[in-house]
Amino acid sequence: MKRLQLVDSPYLVKEAKVCEVRQMTEHEKYFKLMLRDEPDLDHEPGQFVMVSIFGVGEAPISICSSPTKKGYFELVVRKVGKVTSAIHRLEVGDTVGIRGPFGRGFPVRILEGNDLLFVAGGLGLVPLRSLVDFVIDNRRDFGRVHILLGCRSPKDILFKDEVESWARRIDVDFSCTVDRADPDWKGNVGLITSLIPGVDLDPTRTFAVVVGPPIMYRFVIKELLKKGIPEKQIIVSLERHMKCGIGKCGHCQIGNYYCCQDGPVFSYDEIKDNLEAL
Amino acid sequence: MDQYYRLNKTECREFVGALTSRYQVVAPVKRGEKSFVFARISSPDEIASPEEYIPTIIPPKKYFFPQRETILEYDAVAQRQKAVMEYEKVVIFGVRTCDLAGIQCLNMVFSERPRDVNYLIRKNKLIIIGMECWDYCDEHALCALMDNHLPKGGYDLFFSDLGDYHLIHVNTEVGEEIVRSIGVFTEATGEDLKRLQEFREKKRSAFDTGIDLSHPELMDLFANCEDARVWEELGERCLSCGNCTTVCPTCYCFDVIDEINLDLRTGERFRIWDSCQNEDFAKVAGGESFREERSGRQRHRYLRKFKYPLAKYSRFFCTGCGRCSRACMAQIHIKETIKALIAERAGV
Repeated sequence: MKRLQLVDSPYLVKEAKVCEVRQMTEHEKYFKLMLRDEPDLDHEPGQFVMVSIFGVGEAPISICSSPTKKGYFELVVRKVGKVTSAIHRLEVGDTVGIRGPFGRGFPVRILEGNDLLFVAGGLGLVPLRSLVDFVIDNRRDFGRVHILLGCRSPKDILFKDEVESWARRIDVDFSCTVDRADPDWKGNVGLITSLIPGVDLDPTRTFAVVVGPPIMYRFVIKELLKKGIPEKQIIVSLERHMKCGIGKCGHCQIGNYYCCQDGPVFSYDEIKDNLEAL
Repeated sequence: MDQYYRLNKTECREFVGALTSRYQVVAPVKRGEKSFVFARISSPDEIASPEEYIPTIIPPKKYFFPQRETILEYDAVAQRQKAVMEYEKVVIFGVRTCDLAGIQCLNMVFSERPRDVNYLIRKNKLIIIGMECWDYCDEHALCALMDNHLPKGGYDLFFSDLGDYHLIHVNTEVGEEIVRSIGVFTEATGEDLKRLQEFREKKRSAFDTGIDLSHPELMDLFANCEDARVWEELGERCLSCGNCTTVCPTCYCFDVIDEINLDLRTGERFRIWDSCQNEDFAKVAGGESFREERSGRQRHRYLRKFKYPLAKYSRFFCTGCGRCSRACMAQIHIKETIKALIAERAGV
């Protein structure tokens, strides 16, 4: 058996330095990273990277920063398995491997000029933040912007300071709800679907961008359709198990699509007829 | 102009002998009553008799896409990496048309962008010598239904047994070079080609598909079978062992795993065959599994052969080799599944 060195293998990782780490909630940590050999990751909102720790493995992680922020990118990682636990042990100054960015991100050029309704459930805020920040940084290019956020409890709210700053903006219409309140909570209590009927929108010119846990999609999409938003104007980002990121390993298959290459962002009309999509 | 040669059966031994002295040769070798494997041979005597040989337990995909393959070497402390691929120059002798079709499917998958460099380099190091069947190998074969019982390229040389001699089709310059360097062949005549056509005519009637469906009908059957009761029934029997996907010539799903050496600094990242029949194959970080039930996983396997690849590659990914049926411990047989789907649709 002969072993050859490959210079163009898709499995080669780019080296990135950890420049900031923050514990966000009990299970989620925030990381700010900079590539060593490239000025920028050059991604689209909604894309993801494979984060690689030599000796442990790789995991697909959503990029949560907007490409308008140059020179660095940000990730939020929930500790669930071997690789994400290893990522949680990273400290400032450590090196980590990055492959990507992968996949089809949010269709920002199609969204331009339209009204936007963001619907984020729990950890779904992480990939959605890359688009929310992009829109805020290019606010003039978009119509009305509504943000609906749903969390399990007030202490699970990610990016709390930023979320509060969105709520204060005059060019963003923001609402938040929690499944379970704590004594200090003054906001809405209930499922995120309860916020949708009250949103004042023009369905013909509104794109809804929905990201959340799998169970959330079916119920939220039903409400959005009730509002009269056309199927092709409902945009979702789907989470799947992934091993390669390059459309080969088969783990992320959704019907005719490979989530890692054809997604993770889909319009509802693209995936509604695919088995096991939602 | 197609190039054909004759090889008298008395010269076969000399041909294989010369081949093994020039190349590493793998060929079907008998290992049990009905068990054959592609294995390294050093003499013509080791090759399974063509009359006896049914599809090997594992298809020749193992040479194209090894069960375990190192993709990266690293030093975790120094953060150094080296992407690698491994290959061997091998002649695969005696590949049936079903398996040629399987290799063609894998070629499409791995050359689709982003390309799989490891696979693409390796495939060009392999020489393929095909071999024609004149009858079904056993009751599980459905190559005629899948239209893979006749050769459609994908080989360097192709042998058709015409009685007391083999007629050899040369498909590539590499094949021609083998013929030229091993001087036991004679040029074929028009008579030989006529004889081949006669054999092929007889073959068309011998390979009765047993299932009366055209390809558009087969496509249609699987395009509209999501809610069929058949899947529930298969789910109740399936043991989730993954035999069917391991032996399938067009199953290529894999896992990527890191292994660190005892020095706790150097190690390898490798990919290893995985199976959509495993329970956690489609499980995400939040714990949700998109194919939690065995019925859903069986349905997924079938749709990956008869529905999804048609949209992407315009062909079925079932070659008709019948391996999944032979390997299934729960007697889930592909022909029975298709018949059950037909019956269910007809309301029987």
